[in-house]
Amino acid sequence: MLHTDMHAVASVATAPPVGAVLVVGGGIAGMQSALDLADSGYFVYLLEKSPAIGGTMAQLDKTFPTNDCSM
Amino acid sequence: MEKCIACGLCSEKCPARTADDYEAGLSKRKAIYVPYPQAVPLKYVIDHDRCIYFKKGKCKACEKFCPTGAILFEDQEQTLELNVGSIILTTGLQTFDPGSFDTYQYSALSNVVTSIEFERILSAGGPTQGHVLRPSDGRTAKKIAWLQCVGSREINRCDHGYCSGVCCMYAIKEALMAKEHVGSDCEASIFYMDLRTSGKDFEKYYTKAEQDGVRFLRSRVHSITQTDPDGTVALHYATEDGCRLEETFDLVVLSVGMEPAESGVETARMMGIACNEDRFLKTRDFAPVSTSTPGIYAAGVATECKDIPQSVMEASAAAGSAGIDLAAARGTLVSEKHFGPEKDFAGQEVRIGVFVCNCGTNIGGVADVPSIVEFAKSLPGVAYVEENQFSCSQDTQANIAATVREHDLNRVVVAACTPRTHEALFQETIRDSGLNPYLFEMANIRNQCTWCHSGDSEKATAKSKDLVKMAVAKASLLEAIPELSVDITKAVLVIGGGLSGMTAALNLADQGFAVTLLERDAELGGVARDIAHTWSGEDVQAYLRDLRERVQTHTQITTLLNAEVLDASGFVGNFRSTVKQGDQTRSVEHGATILATGGTATRSEEYLGAEHPNVTRWHEIEQDPDKLAQASNVVFIQCVGSRNQERPYCSRICCTTSITQAIRIKQASPEKNVFILYRDIRAPGAKEKLYTKARQLGVVFIRYSLENKPLVTQNGEALSVRVFDPILQQPVEIQADLINLATAIEPNQTQHLAQLFKLPLNAEHFFMEAHAKLRPVDFASDGLFCCGLAHYPKPIEESLAQASAAAGRAATILAQSKARISPLVSQIDQGKCIGCGLCIEICPFGAIQAEEVEANIHRAANIPASCKGCGLCASSCPQRAIDMLHFRDRQIEAAIGAAV
Repeated sequence: MLHTDMHAVASVATAPPVGAVLVVGGGIAGMQSALDLADSGYFVYLLEKSPAIGGTMAQLDKTFPTNDCSM
Repeated sequence: MEKCIACGLCSEKCPARTADDYEAGLSKRKAIYVPYPQAVPLKYVIDHDRCIYFKKGKCKACEKFCPTGAILFEDQEQTLELNVGSIILTTGLQTFDPGSFDTYQYSALSNVVTSIEFERILSAGGPTQGHVLRPSDGRTAKKIAWLQCVGSREINRCDHGYCSGVCCMYAIKEALMAKEHVGSDCEASIFYMDLRTSGKDFEKYYTKAEQDGVRFLRSRVHSITQTDPDGTVALHYATEDGCRLEETFDLVVLSVGMEPAESGVETARMMGIACNEDRFLKTRDFAPVSTSTPGIYAAGVATECKDIPQSVMEASAAAGSAGIDLAAARGTLVSEKHFGPEKDFAGQEVRIGVFVCNCGTNIGGVADVPSIVEFAKSLPGVAYVEENQFSCSQDTQANIAATVREHDLNRVVVAACTPRTHEALFQETIRDSGLNPYLFEMANIRNQCTWCHSGDSEKATAKSKDLVKMAVAKASLLEAIPELSVDITKAVLVIGGGLSGMTAALNLADQGFAVTLLERDAELGGVARDIAHTWSGEDVQAYLRDLRERVQTHTQITTLLNAEVLDASGFVGNFRSTVKQGDQTRSVEHGATILATGGTATRSEEYLGAEHPNVTRWHEIEQDPDKLAQASNVVFIQCVGSRNQERPYCSRICCTTSITQAIRIKQASPEKNVFILYRDIRAPGAKEKLYTKARQLGVVFIRYSLENKPLVTQNGEALSVRVFDPILQQPVEIQADLINLATAIEPNQTQHLAQLFKLPLNAEHFFMEAHAKLRPVDFASDGLFCCGLAHYPKPIEESLAQASAAAGRAATILAQSKARISPLVSQIDQGKCIGCGLCIEICPFGAIQAEEVEANIHRAANIPASCKGCGLCASSCPQRAIDMLHFRDRQIEAAIGAAV
């Protein structure tokens, strides 16, 4: 379950910010956001409802144009 | 979870079977499972709803057989409270469920499958091992049909008025793959309305599919029946000219569209974030990754149907946007791991430790591990050998580190699985014990031995010994390689001051980095200066004024107008460019470079474009309101110079632009006749609704083909357009007062810049990204990024997302004080080098330069920060003057020598 305190998020502009980010969803977009944030010096919580990250892309056999396997 | 070593025994012994969601329900899995073999984390998990113990209170077979005691039945769901500065929603998609559509008979006929099911059927790791078998009887499907727009562009039955935007491309891919798997006698047919291949290089793929014999039928199938007891399926359809046809197929694939994931919609509801009418998270064209709540961003299909590259761009954009909010707290909650000093063993004899893994029964069940251990003890240089149940488990890691210290080992070989997944783990372990991480070698006796020779234990054992012997031979010649890092100049050069360039510059400046923004014109704004509205009606000029103001007043941005780059050198973190502005030149130092050089709509002589004052192009039609007011018949012609031999790509934004203009004309003056002559209407995502709206307003759409283009003639001042109407099956003639041409969009000239920064361009001179799907804003060389029209034609919201993404990606470099780079690079022996320059020419990363060692005598010198260790230079050097660190010729020769 996800619990958020909206006031805490909304007050980011005035209070000193917290250097952590919650990424909700561990598909290709969530993984990319998480990696970029971690590489930029932020702590990341990556939340995924299923037992493994990867999302829909992990189900695809091959992808255009390189025909790389999605894994 | 820490104890699970993913040996798979629990799953093997589990008696409960259930449908495998990952395989789209086409096969079964156990109640304790990993979703797929490459899952991250690779840990078995119990499906609470299917587990016999949880349902009936007894079983626990998994617990009994688990060798590491990793099963925790009493594990409870926990509620965590996290304190974060920002949130990014990437909640993704679910595919449309066609079960309720009786037209498609998905529930009734087993040989009607969804495209996701077909992906699994195609997969070598899937339920049919990649054999294209029809579910009804397991026979190879030779004749396969794809039905497009199932659950998309459909308001009668499923209320999805949008286009899912990805199905045309994946259907083409699946059709080509099916032909490859089944063989030349496979017939693939795609039934479609408009073929929407508007992404980068997509049109070429469509053309290739046509050439390879994929049949494209412009038709909507109205019913599906089964013709024989074996499951052959008949499609009933009507062609565009009104003929009713019936045709049978072995397998029918429904190209199902996308919906926002239900869990994402629920999350948004709980967080009070606004969704649009299709339940995607609401965003604006000018803020494509911002939700309705400040500080909460979104990316991917959560906000709109889109493909993988666009999702990845938005993901980096969201990270970059969150990075602005949190810039003051950067680095406060993360710390780098520090290791103790490395042991110096210079002059010491080689002492190799070999650890042979059983991997449960994966290796030990096939090969004779004790005899491999005995064999290893006999090898030269080996000082210690040990057998492990699981070499990768946490306790073994601690044991390996202790053993290295205790036995004073200076090289380590692990004979187990693949370095692809486990090398980094073992390298860290030996680094913990004080050894340089490159004093490590793996022998893959599982994937490359016991898995593929599971039926012959004797030979598998012998091969394992050979593999260990090779690894030991190489290990004895391994050297410590120091880690490499370079300092980072915390500044960026952005080339191009259009919307994309300004957006990237502002994003990075807001994150606290110094930016030099370079524009060749006298004014910022680029092609956006000609555009009044975005497709959804947002005011471009107002946004542009504001953006320009923010850029020009920002203390971190130096804007150089009338400027160009004369020269450039350097590498990630350390670029130096010479910039010319008027008569002055200056040198700019920058750690990262963003290319946002833009594109332009071409001029066309076709359709009297260069001759008649009433034949205009793109936004010119909006610029003379009087002329427009007087016109009664307005004709838009699409694909002028796009999707032809000269430019085999779709310019992507022309359909939406012409439709938007047509709607404005019709709304202002319903009595005017507006025609759009098109080849395929390409209105992806919610833009499809504009197409629907235009038709409702009475805009007349007439399709033409490349072979039978419209003919524009002039009689005095009067213009006439003749076009063949495929519905009426006859030519029609339109007396046009105004003709507006949607001409092709081309990238601006960048050959010079591409040469300076060693950047690849594609055949149409758009910048070529590092990877079309996974690295859509990066170049293959580190520290360089591109965005906007220079990459490919795209609408404003996509350019802005890509610009923020480029900024986000650049920030990942600028945020570091030093960039750590792989030390596995080429090493050049200048004594052997004859300065022929072959390596410089062949290096794809510009990582080798000519160094003047004496007057007019040049020798190759490598730039480690740019080198990717691919080895092309080493293999091409005629003098054998180049060696690859960690893969030196003599190391590889020793391994081969041990094998033969």
